[in-house]
Amino acid sequence: MVIEVRVTANIQTLVGGQRSVRGEGSTVSELLDDLDSHYPGFKALLITDGQLHRFVNIYLNDEDIRFLDKLDTPLKEGDTLSILPALAGGAASRTG
Amino acid sequence: MSVTVYIPTPFRRLTGNQVYVQAEGSTVAEVLYNLSNQYPTLRHMIFDESDEVPGHINIYVNNQEINSLNGKETPLEDGDEVAVIPAIAGGQVLTEDQVNRYSRHIIMPQVGSLGQRKLMAAKVLVIGAGGLGSPSALYLTLAGVGTIGIVDFDVVDMSNLQRQILHRNDDVGRPKTQSAKETLLSYNPNVNVVIHDGPLTSENAMEVISQYDIVINGADNFTTRYLVNDACYFAGKPLVDGSVLLFDGQATVFFPGKGCYRCLFPSPPPPGLVPSCAEAGVLGALPAVIGSIQAIEALKLILEIGESLASRLLLVDALSMEFRMVKLRRDPKCPLCGDDPTIRELIDYEGFCGAPFPGQDGG
Repeated sequence: MVIEVRVTANIQTLVGGQRSVRGEGSTVSELLDDLDSHYPGFKALLITDGQLHRFVNIYLNDEDIRFLDKLDTPLKEGDTLSILPALAGGAASRTG
Repeated sequence: MSVTVYIPTPFRRLTGNQVYVQAEGSTVAEVLYNLSNQYPTLRHMIFDESDEVPGHINIYVNNQEINSLNGKETPLEDGDEVAVIPAIAGGQVLTEDQVNRYSRHIIMPQVGSLGQRKLMAAKVLVIGAGGLGSPSALYLTLAGVGTIGIVDFDVVDMSNLQRQILHRNDDVGRPKTQSAKETLLSYNPNVNVVIHDGPLTSENAMEVISQYDIVINGADNFTTRYLVNDACYFAGKPLVDGSVLLFDGQATVFFPGKGCYRCLFPSPPPPGLVPSCAEAGVLGALPAVIGSIQAIEALKLILEIGESLASRLLLVDALSMEFRMVKLRRDPKCPLCGDDPTIRELIDYEGFCGAPFPGQDGG
C-alpha cells in the first residue's frame, strides 16, 4: 500500500525538494527500503546497522515508532509517517 | 479534598519559600485552618486574635475575592486555587500605572489582578538572546514577568539582525546580553532583567538555573541543549523547549519526571550532520512564531491556566503552514529520567556531543 512520508526541510534536498514523498510497504522498514530505491541514501540517513539513529524520530501518525514496534511497526492504508531529526537552532552560533 | 494555596512573597518565608502549598478542606474556612495548622507561624498572619481573617487580608478562590462569593463558607472543589493576598504588602498591590499597562491582561478572568501579580512575582530564565530568545524575552517583558534572566556569551553580528528582534543596527559588536537588557527595559522599565554574560557550562548551570521558576530554551547547539535539559531536570524546573531550522520549528514543555529532551532524542547527531541555522539558514519570522509560543507556554505555567505542551511536541512547517502535534512520552529507558537512570549529575557535554560549547573554541 502507498504511504505518505513527510520530511523536514533539512532532508528535503535528498528527495528533490519535496515536503512529502510516497512509498510502498506494509511495515516501516519495508517503506524505508522502497524509498531508498527511489532516493538512494534515504535509509542511511535514518538507520545504521538496522537501528534507527537516536537523533531521528519517526512518527506513525502522532505516535513515536520507538513506542510501537520500531521499524517492524505495521502500516495501513491512510497512515502518515513523519520523519523528524533533532533540530538545535535558536540563538545564532558563531559562524567563525 | 485538596486545594492549592498561593502564598504571596511577604508570607513565603513562613511556608519554606514555597509559592504554592496544598491544603485540605471543603470550605475556605477549613482550608485556612488546615493551612495554619501546617504552618503555625502563618496563623498569626491570616487570623487575628478573635480567629477572624483580618481586614487587610483578602482571600481569593480562583481569582475571585471571597466576599463576592460566600465569604469564609465558600465551598471548594478539588483543584481549586485559593490565594491569600495582603491588601498592602510593599509593592505587591498594582499601582495605577500597572493597572493601566496590564489592563488587557487584568480584564480577562483567567488572569485578573491576581494573575498579573503572579506574573510580576515570576522569574524566568531565557537561554540565548537570539532568534527564539528575542521574541520570548520580549513578550515576557511586555507581560510584566518580574524577573527575566538572559544567558548569552555572544556579541551581536550583522547577520543576526534578520531575525533577532532584541538587537538593532547600532548594537553590532556589543554583547547580546547588554543589547537585550537595554531593549527589554526600553519596552517595560518595571521588569528586572538579569544578565548572565558568558556560556552556560556544567560548572555554572545549576547555580544559574536554580535562581528561576521556569527556563526557556533558545540554544542553538546540541551541547547546550542537553546541558539545559539535564540541569532543569536536576533542579526540578519546567523547561519550555523550542527549536527552528530552515522552515521547520518544534516546541514542547518538559516537566521534570514527565519526559525530557533525552526521551525525545536520546543522543545528539554527530557533529556536522544536522546543520545549524548559521550553516543552513532559517526564515527570519519563523523563530518569532516558536519563541512567541514559548512565551505563551511560560505565561500559562505562571498563571496555571490551560493545557501546556507537556507530553506533546508541536511541529510547525512554515512552507505548508501546517501545525501538527505528535505525542511525547517519558522513556522508561531514559538515562536521565527513566526507571534506572545512569546520569545522576551534570556530565561532560562537550564529550557527549562530540562538539565544544560554541564560543569556547575561539571560533
